[in-house]
Amino acid sequence: MVAAFAASSAFAGEITGKIKVTGEVPPAREITPIKGDKLCGALHTKPVMTRTYVVGADHGLANVAVYIKAGLPAGKTYTAPATKPLIDQVGCVYEPLVTVAMVGQTVDIKNSDAFMHNVNCQAKVNKAFNFAQTTQGQVNPRVFDKAELAIKLICNVHPWMSGYVHVFDHPFFAVSDKDGNFTIKGDLPDGKYTVEANHLKSGTVTGEVEVKGGKATLNLELAVK
Amino acid sequence: MERSVWLFRFACLVALATLGLVCIGGLVTSKGVGMAVPDWPTSFGYSMFALPISMWMTGGVFHEHTHRVWASGVGLLVVLLTRWTAGSPSRKLLARVGLAEIVVGLILMRVNPLWKGEAHFLLGIGGVVLAAACLPWKTAPACPRSVRLAWAAFWLVQIQGSLGGLRVVLDSWVIGGTTGGVVFGMIHGCLGQVFFVLVTCLAVSLSGWTLRWTRQAAGVPAATGVFLGTALVFGQLLLGLWMRHQHAGLAIPDLPLAYGQWWPRTDPDSLLRYASRREGVDVITALQIRMHLFHRINAVLVLGVILQAFRWSRIHPSGHALRTLGTAWLHLVIVQFGLGLFTVLTDRAADIATAHVAVGSLTLAVGCWFSWAARTHRGSAVATAPSVLDSGLPETAAVR
Repeated sequence: MVAAFAASSAFAGEITGKIKVTGEVPPAREITPIKGDKLCGALHTKPVMTRTYVVGADHGLANVAVYIKAGLPAGKTYTAPATKPLIDQVGCVYEPLVTVAMVGQTVDIKNSDAFMHNVNCQAKVNKAFNFAQTTQGQVNPRVFDKAELAIKLICNVHPWMSGYVHVFDHPFFAVSDKDGNFTIKGDLPDGKYTVEANHLKSGTVTGEVEVKGGKATLNLELAVK
Repeated sequence: MERSVWLFRFACLVALATLGLVCIGGLVTSKGVGMAVPDWPTSFGYSMFALPISMWMTGGVFHEHTHRVWASGVGLLVVLLTRWTAGSPSRKLLARVGLAEIVVGLILMRVNPLWKGEAHFLLGIGGVVLAAACLPWKTAPACPRSVRLAWAAFWLVQIQGSLGGLRVVLDSWVIGGTTGGVVFGMIHGCLGQVFFVLVTCLAVSLSGWTLRWTRQAAGVPAATGVFLGTALVFGQLLLGLWMRHQHAGLAIPDLPLAYGQWWPRTDPDSLLRYASRREGVDVITALQIRMHLFHRINAVLVLGVILQAFRWSRIHPSGHALRTLGTAWLHLVIVQFGLGLFTVLTDRAADIATAHVAVGSLTLAVGCWFSWAARTHRGSAVATAPSVLDSGLPETAAVR
């Protein structure tokens, strides 16, 4: 039993860090069509703002997908996690803006609003789809079977609504929180890795990191574009 | 006499309904709601004509579903117009077409359940055509030109309806590096303009105006110029169509320069810089910028050619058909030019962009009538009798 524990802990590693943004961040703008829509407008008392750049404490940049780009054992395959990321449509906005999932992992797409949305997935590598969610609380599970970055989901009923899904062929990924912090968890063996951070507007940046004793820290910077 | 006048009025009604359809279709594209209803010809599984009002009134569903219902109405009107224009002899062909469509629809339904949408469409339109054939209404056909135009409209409205459906059903297909939605959407938009022009020309052919054009023969050296102007307008509409369906209407957001230059750079660094000025994460391509520039350059060309055509038309006396058409054409293109500017200045406001589409359609239609009238004059200038163009209507029936 002790040997089994030692073996598993030898493969349990994590990379933590922070994504910062440099440069002058353009201010968020109000999504004015929400106000003009009778049903959506009634759900908000404050202006709903764009989320192109969500910047938190110490220039931390939110909604950045961070993932292992290179360094994983060649040819190794991974089992998709049993957890189901949730993409919710609430108040005529996608929550979260950015979702990460693994190939074969079930992603739940939900409509929390009391009226309909449609989910138009504009995947280029995976199979695209478009379906309506007409009832409140409706959940449609979907599985992406190929790795693909920034799959766009849009609602044509409310065309300002969009969300993004990044799909990976391994389980070592995360999304930065409101302050730009991230943690890549999993059975990540010690070793050297290339980590990439992908922001929808700023693009990508990569960094090298070495996991030792199951721990590593990496901070990356993305420039405003 | 009464029949001819009412037929002309009915054709005008169909043309107006078609213009309304072009406007609603334009709004659908301007607002980006073309896929708000994911299925076709059903809407969220409902028969198109039985969609609950609460769903119809939700966001972009309103525009997309209204476009579908309106299009069905236009389809019905065009079938009736064909039956009326082509008269009783049309019943046999209408019956054959209607029956064939119903049979093909039934076969499609049996062969592949995935073609259920197309099958329902064929069954629906086939039923309408068959019903028109069964109308026990004895009417003589209008002039051969009008009959030909009516049959062209009859076929085109069905093709157009199918393309609209394919735009939805094949939205995610990849065709030549782009999606089926974009490809079929562009063809659908282009044919929509052609269809509108066709219906207006049918109305003109039923009006008796062509007789008047012949009588006003004056010798027009400008027929080729007017035709060239009309071709340029059509090219301009195609460029605009491409931009709208690529969502590239604001690929260049400033006026009169483009990103502060007469001819902006399109290297990768510059494109990134341009994209950074925009809200959202969509990229700008060099092709989008070039197409936008061509649209602007062609707009100036169109304005120049139409201005010249207007000058040519002024050689005719007040009240002359060519002078009236030249004046109308110039007014339309000036309004259209202004709407183009406002489209950019208002950040592509949906109503302004749609008005730009609608006035573009009218400009094309007037250009076609003007070309027709100018050619008629040129032909009649060398003719000894005004019988070159026969409207099929007695002179007293001509609508002036």
